[in-house]
Amino acid sequence: MITSLLVANRGEIARRIFRTCRTLGIATVAVYADPDADARHVQEADTAVRLPGAAPADTYLRADLLIRAALDAGADAVHPGYGFLSENAAFARAVQDAGLRWVGPPPAAIAAMGSKTAAKRLMAAAGVPVLTVGPEPAEADLPLLVKAAAGGGGRGMRVVRTLAELPDALAAARAEAAAAFGDDEVFCEPYLPAGRHLEVQLLADAHGTVWAVGDRDCSLQRRHQKVIEEAPAPGLDPALRTRLHAAATAAARAIGYRGAGTAEFLLAPDGRLAFLEMNTRLQVEHPVTEAVTGLDLVALQLAVAEGEKLPATAPPARGCAIEARLYAEDPARDWQPATGTVHLLEVPGVDVEFDTLPAPAGLRLDAGIGSSTGDAPAERITVHYDAMLAKVIAWAPTRRAAARRLADALARTRLHGPATNRDLLVRALRHPAFLDGAVHTSFLAEHADQLLGQDAKSAQLAALAAALADATARPGATAPSGWRNLPSQPQHKRYRTTDGAELDVRYRLTRDGLRAEDHPDVQLLGSTAESVDLAVGPLRRRYRIARHGDQVFVDSPTEHHTLTVLDRFPDAAAQLAPGTLLAPMPGTVVRIAAEPGRAVTAGQPLLWLEAMKMEHQVTAPADGTLAELPVAVGQQVETGAVLAVVTAT
Amino acid sequence: MTVLPTRLDTSGPAYTADRAAMLEKLAALDAEHARALAGGGPKYVERHRSRGKLPARERIELLIDPDSPFLELSPLAAWGSDYPVGASLVTGIGVIEGTECLITANDPTVRGGSSNPWTLRKALRANEIALRNRLPLVNLVESGGADLPSQKEIFIPGGALFRDLTRLSAAGIPTVAVVFGNSTAGGAYVPGMSDHVIMVKERAKVFLGGPPLVKMATGEEADDESLGGAEMHARTSGLADQLALDEPDALRLARRTVHRLHWRKSGPAPDSRLRPPKYDEDELLGVVPGDLKAPFDPREVIARIVDGSDFDEFKPLYGSSLATGWATVHGYPVGILANAQGVLFSQESQKAAQFIQLANRRDRPLLFLHNTTGYMVGRDYEQGGIIKHGAMMINAVSNSTVPHLSVLMGASYGAGHYGMCGRAYDPRFLFAWPSAKSAVMGPQQLAGVLSIVARQSAAAKGLPYDEDADAAIRAMVEQQIEAESLPAFLSGRLYDDGVIDPRDTRTVLGICLSAIHSGPVEGARGYGVFRM
Repeated sequence: MITSLLVANRGEIARRIFRTCRTLGIATVAVYADPDADARHVQEADTAVRLPGAAPADTYLRADLLIRAALDAGADAVHPGYGFLSENAAFARAVQDAGLRWVGPPPAAIAAMGSKTAAKRLMAAAGVPVLTVGPEPAEADLPLLVKAAAGGGGRGMRVVRTLAELPDALAAARAEAAAAFGDDEVFCEPYLPAGRHLEVQLLADAHGTVWAVGDRDCSLQRRHQKVIEEAPAPGLDPALRTRLHAAATAAARAIGYRGAGTAEFLLAPDGRLAFLEMNTRLQVEHPVTEAVTGLDLVALQLAVAEGEKLPATAPPARGCAIEARLYAEDPARDWQPATGTVHLLEVPGVDVEFDTLPAPAGLRLDAGIGSSTGDAPAERITVHYDAMLAKVIAWAPTRRAAARRLADALARTRLHGPATNRDLLVRALRHPAFLDGAVHTSFLAEHADQLLGQDAKSAQLAALAAALADATARPGATAPSGWRNLPSQPQHKRYRTTDGAELDVRYRLTRDGLRAEDHPDVQLLGSTAESVDLAVGPLRRRYRIARHGDQVFVDSPTEHHTLTVLDRFPDAAAQLAPGTLLAPMPGTVVRIAAEPGRAVTAGQPLLWLEAMKMEHQVTAPADGTLAELPVAVGQQVETGAVLAVVTAT
Repeated sequence: MTVLPTRLDTSGPAYTADRAAMLEKLAALDAEHARALAGGGPKYVERHRSRGKLPARERIELLIDPDSPFLELSPLAAWGSDYPVGASLVTGIGVIEGTECLITANDPTVRGGSSNPWTLRKALRANEIALRNRLPLVNLVESGGADLPSQKEIFIPGGALFRDLTRLSAAGIPTVAVVFGNSTAGGAYVPGMSDHVIMVKERAKVFLGGPPLVKMATGEEADDESLGGAEMHARTSGLADQLALDEPDALRLARRTVHRLHWRKSGPAPDSRLRPPKYDEDELLGVVPGDLKAPFDPREVIARIVDGSDFDEFKPLYGSSLATGWATVHGYPVGILANAQGVLFSQESQKAAQFIQLANRRDRPLLFLHNTTGYMVGRDYEQGGIIKHGAMMINAVSNSTVPHLSVLMGASYGAGHYGMCGRAYDPRFLFAWPSAKSAVMGPQQLAGVLSIVARQSAAAKGLPYDEDADAAIRAMVEQQIEAESLPAFLSGRLYDDGVIDPRDTRTVLGICLSAIHSGPVEGARGYGVFRM
């Protein structure tokens, strides 16, 4: 029996597993790298063990440190979560060798599926359909997808459309795979852009029972990473579903699988079904399956690890569940990960966190950072780890109802922090094609023009609301905001949107109310520092305002804007006229470290002046060229003498 | 809480007519203010902008805190004179980095920002406000110097400008000069006498004598930059403490300079609880009758300007023609004296003298709300000692050292203007409503007095009296006195600090009280001999 469990992971999955542990009465042990020292999963664990350093290779990927931590903390079992070492057979073996219980499939099963190339061969032999390309791909095989054999989560994947690109793509994929997974083996398979990503949740015990616990569709992807997942997969005819589940079960049986796992398939537009890979761990998207089945998959993982027997059949799916992954990233800038501080994450209407939803419908939140209650999370999203902030899961009797509920919850979510994919998620969930079930792996790219972009008018109103909140927030005012006995001009404020657009807000608060330039139909109904009520024509809207540094977060119930306050005065440092450097005092030039005509960078030392027994460094004021250097070593200079002239570039 | 009741019938015909009359006067006032705002007119404003320069009021807007109020002072200076309304200078009270400052800015679009006699008076008044209320002074300088044709009015009294700067400094009140352009000859002493000097690169020009004068005086050939450029002053002469790259940079530096003053107000802090009046300030438009002969109850005004309309009257049953009492305005405690029936009698005068002494014992600022036709005349009153009693009131007002604020709502005639702390009695601030009139007496009375005197003179000489000529002279005198009693005329002569919309009274008083409390508030401990 497990009494104390170490989770060799971080963030939301660590919190998810701890939640089940608390239900079962199992003590919890967290590990953390230095950037995670104040993270939620650390605070929530009974015991936490530091993994010195920041990079995953130094911390969450260090099998030796993790096992040491488990032993030090008195844990008797290790759960790997997903990612990191979750599919590392050597780690699983090392855990077992250390006398600890491994919450996962047998190391041999991991190994069998660990290499996707080997797995495919194994599956083909077991009669499971697979996609293959010969060792020397030809023109006819294009387009191709290059994948890391040891990979997962889209890391190292590359689409190749011409044979000429292939060598570079292979090299780059190898490098990324080696860095991410410690294994540089890569392989090619046919790329089916309009295919659907289907998968089957498997659960097997040590007594010969293998469950196909329903299926999921995870077609909505960007950069080959899942963004929206749902259970069950929509629009599958019963015959196909039966084939899918049978293939998955066959795959599990073929390798003597135990525990939770997922068989992933590609459904081609022509109806062909092909095995992609088997993930020998819990999936990120497991909550949708939990929602529709009512199961606690982590509890079942622990039970199987303890040798318990599964009931003969899995419970049936009820209704539909959809999960959206909220990422700190900028969809409009090629999905670049965003970093920064999350000041607030407030998802309204959450019924449970990390838990199974009570029937018949509801909303679940699995977040790595502070919870929905708005208790000042202020957590840093760093470059070191995955930029997923939270998963939000809606469960409802029908797919459309679940999509509507999830879109609404996301649209109402207050999230003050770096850029996220929230707007894109909302628009995707409300897209007619999505609601019709017309999902495929190129969905987001195909509909990008409808899923991206900001409404300029809405941003302007948000900026106006931000300006008015500030106009109201003047402590101890003895006069109305911006009062003038001789008004000569409006108040003027400037903001920058996340799109980079600059917004000018000009307004006056008069005896007769608000006069906002460009908004003749807008009236101010009321305002405080945190809340502004505007009437826009016949429509009344409330904006909530929060400020963090030079950022203002403006939330209306369904619209959210992050604005950067632009200073009234240009940055003095940026406009300091670079150029002539004069001697600050009389002295002797003792050293020269630059040559005329050479490029210099801002801050680069050019020469040293000795005066009063002290050496004064004279540095380049800006990037540019050292145009003149009219002094020489040993030369005496008077105050104000020209020492150097830097021409800025 | 003693909440004042209101008897104002806002649906009645009197209110409606009075309100309409006031709105008409306000429209006329707006038109006069528009002349001040227009500066030198579109052509010169455009030329100024085309040189990359900001107009005076835009400089001020960038200098003060976003969304903060700005009370412009003496905007009608030079009204009715040969010089443009506003006197080519903007002055006012604004908040810079949370610190209330007295700000002045030359308007270079009006004849190059040159100073005429009214500019001088306006600037001196601004300096006086800074000194008496301990407000840091920030001058935004760009002036072509004295208007030479009127130098006789400027040169000799103008020395006070520079004297004031160093006296402010000596009193520990910071002075900041930001030089945007010309500041030459005498004007060079503005930066010269200021505590902190910021000059705009390639724009500021500060020298005693320009190239032609230097050539004439010594034969030396020199250019503007070497004689008075910003770079020269920043690097060589040391007259400039900060070299600004451009106008916005100069204003940014000025804001930093004020921030670094870490200025602390010496007066007591106000009660921070916000208690607006119970009645709508908009109704102040209909309180003052269109014809000042009809008295009005000043409590209707008090009820619309003091916190919570809460007013505790002092001696309500004694000297009922003058209402006195205690209230707070924007949290600042004040004593209020308000004329109730126009005329001041002996009782009112003695009540006022007592009340003013009480306010001084309590270190309480005083607010005078004027609507007086003066001290009562007539045999009984003279014999009853009205002069003695009026003198007691004037003695008390003159020697009172708590800050005084005066608002001319209606009439302010004769010695009543003095007793109610008229301009000569140095109120910290004095504002007029558009309905106000001030003169030695009412136009009709004055014309009538002249007529009686002329008639008596004719009778004494045994000459016949020309009634037609008398009527014509009376009409003319009446018209002249009427015109010279009006707020714009008086404001043009700097006899007040501005004409305000009655609805802004509470706001203006709040800004002034806050400014006043930048300095200490201390009552007098001694007076002149009271004649009993």
